Amino acid sequence: MGPAMNEVVQLTVNGLVVGSLIAISAVGLTLVYGILKIVNFAHGDYLTFGAYMALVANVTWSLSPILSAAFAVLATLAFSVAMEFALWRPMRGRGAGTTSLFLTSIGVALVLRHAIQWAWGPESVRYRIDVFQSYDLGLFRVSLNQVTVVGASALLIVATGLFLSRSRIGTAMRAMADDPELAGASGIDRDRIVVYTWIVAGALAGIAGMLLGVLRASITPNLGWFFLLPAFAAVTLGGVGNPYGALAGGLTIGLVMELSSLVVPFVYKEAIAFGVMILVLLLRPQGLLGKARVL
Amino acid sequence: MSGGEFVVLASALLSLTFWQFVVITAGVYAIFALGLQLQYGFTGLLNFGHIAFMAIGSYTMALLINKTHLAFVLNLGFGHLSVPATVSAALIAIVVTMAFGLLVGLPAIRLRADYLAITTIAFGEILRIFILNQDFTGGPLGTYGYGREFLGFSDTVTARAHSVGIELGRDRVLLILVWLAAGLLTLFLWRVVRSPWGRVLRAIREDEDAANALGKNPIAYKLQVMALGSGIAAIAGLFFSFQILILNPSSFEPLFTFFAWVIVLLGGTGSLRGVPVGALVFAFIFAGTRFFGFWPFSLLQAPDRAAVRLILIGLILIAIMAFRPQGIFGKKEELLLDR
Repeated sequence: MGPAMNEVVQLTVNGLVVGSLIAISAVGLTLVYGILKIVNFAHGDYLTFGAYMALVANVTWSLSPILSAAFAVLATLAFSVAMEFALWRPMRGRGAGTTSLFLTSIGVALVLRHAIQWAWGPESVRYRIDVFQSYDLGLFRVSLNQVTVVGASALLIVATGLFLSRSRIGTAMRAMADDPELAGASGIDRDRIVVYTWIVAGALAGIAGMLLGVLRASITPNLGWFFLLPAFAAVTLGGVGNPYGALAGGLTIGLVMELSSLVVPFVYKEAIAFGVMILVLLLRPQGLLGKARVL
Repeated sequence: MSGGEFVVLASALLSLTFWQFVVITAGVYAIFALGLQLQYGFTGLLNFGHIAFMAIGSYTMALLINKTHLAFVLNLGFGHLSVPATVSAALIAIVVTMAFGLLVGLPAIRLRADYLAITTIAFGEILRIFILNQDFTGGPLGTYGYGREFLGFSDTVTARAHSVGIELGRDRVLLILVWLAAGLLTLFLWRVVRSPWGRVLRAIREDEDAANALGKNPIAYKLQVMALGSGIAAIAGLFFSFQILILNPSSFEPLFTFFAWVIVLLGGTGSLRGVPVGALVFAFIFAGTRFFGFWPFSLLQAPDRAAVRLILIGLILIAIMAFRPQGIFGKKEELLLDR
């Protein structure tokens, strides 16, 4: 006897919920990786920053969830852009290579995570949003926080997809991620696109962080760090620098993680995601969707 | 801060026991970072999962001691020498860890630098999740009791030393052993990197294609380095096990690997003497500041001090990369970072 039908459906729903969050986290990561050649190990902590900014708005200032989300987005993108001017641009000016930038981002991650821990303490905190109400839809149950996360993520995924495919800036960003030299030669203003990249990465990290806090119903300084490797898994699955690939990769990783508990104990679901990432890097480093070319 | 707490902190600051703890920690970090220096500083391998190999070394030794009571007996021709169970287990642990280094390297070593980094950190996390959720490793409760023979040995040495007028104690025996090992490994690597084999490593680091054209197979050399560096991480793990006396998956988080990176970068990429110096500076900042009772540390509560310590480590990492990427002793010409 295989697993019950409703168990498969339930896990699929859970997988889409967490996968959609991984997807919107991974878009920023892959664009920064592709356009700036920064493997941004602080990206997970940008999510945490967004989660705590929403906390300030929602709990300290008693703002509505929507306004809190808006504040988290603005604050995180402001931070993300500020880091470009304070750190990344000067370092590029000194000719820092990929490894330098990679290691610098680890420093940024340490500082950001522990500054958050210093300011808000290591204890778990929560939003003033009622998330425990749940609905029985026959085949599966969803909770209010899952509905919120799926609804918001679906909107964001569509919006991000449209922005990247239809807008001039989005097109230029994809061109730069694909081939920076060709993009530069065709008259794209590199510095401008870089700032837009940080805006998109920061804004999506801010909202993803808040949604992650809503989904988990618990916010800690480690919230985003634990989400970083799954997001990297999505990035590699979709091919580095390919934002559509990251979206698809995020949903895939979410589904793989949740459905794996049909076969192995659920405590191994993260390990399964990392295993998939390693296999993709070893066998198809250009990603599942990417075209083979010299890397 | 209350008066009582201040007294505790002030006495901790002056306490020899505490500073011995800091120096032992520095010794463990130094050995651990020597493995990374070989892999990154001399060969250019971006290993972000170094902690996994320390975990394999630690757990292999501890589990062998606890579960098998296995001990080698050497046949010397004129008689038999029985090797203590702890030493036997430690030797096996080093060999097993080197095998794991090869095993991870075999598929991954061909990957470009950033992909190797992500692959190795993911391997470390898979291993940690595995250890956390298995019964034979003790899971979250940990593995302990393996240190009995070692502590007995420390007590014997202490008693013998006492009879000739030297005062040691468990901590000081460990301190001497760990720094002896760190010193010997530094000398060993110093010889290694100046050998013909070591020169090939640097040739590979500088220009892999050129080394290949001269008939040196870069993959084979990188795999050997992966195994050797993993073995050194295992040695660090052995001393770490005897320092903490209980192995727990939370002691082997990815953060530990980044500590080794900070030490290597602080001391200088490609500098062997930079490693022990970097480790002492790091341990002083990381462990030493834990009990600083004076301003500005006196303004902070204990949990905040833990956070501030890691903020400091992060700022140091950023500052090295931004202002002195060659570290204290590194040479700018040998810098690998700007490619």
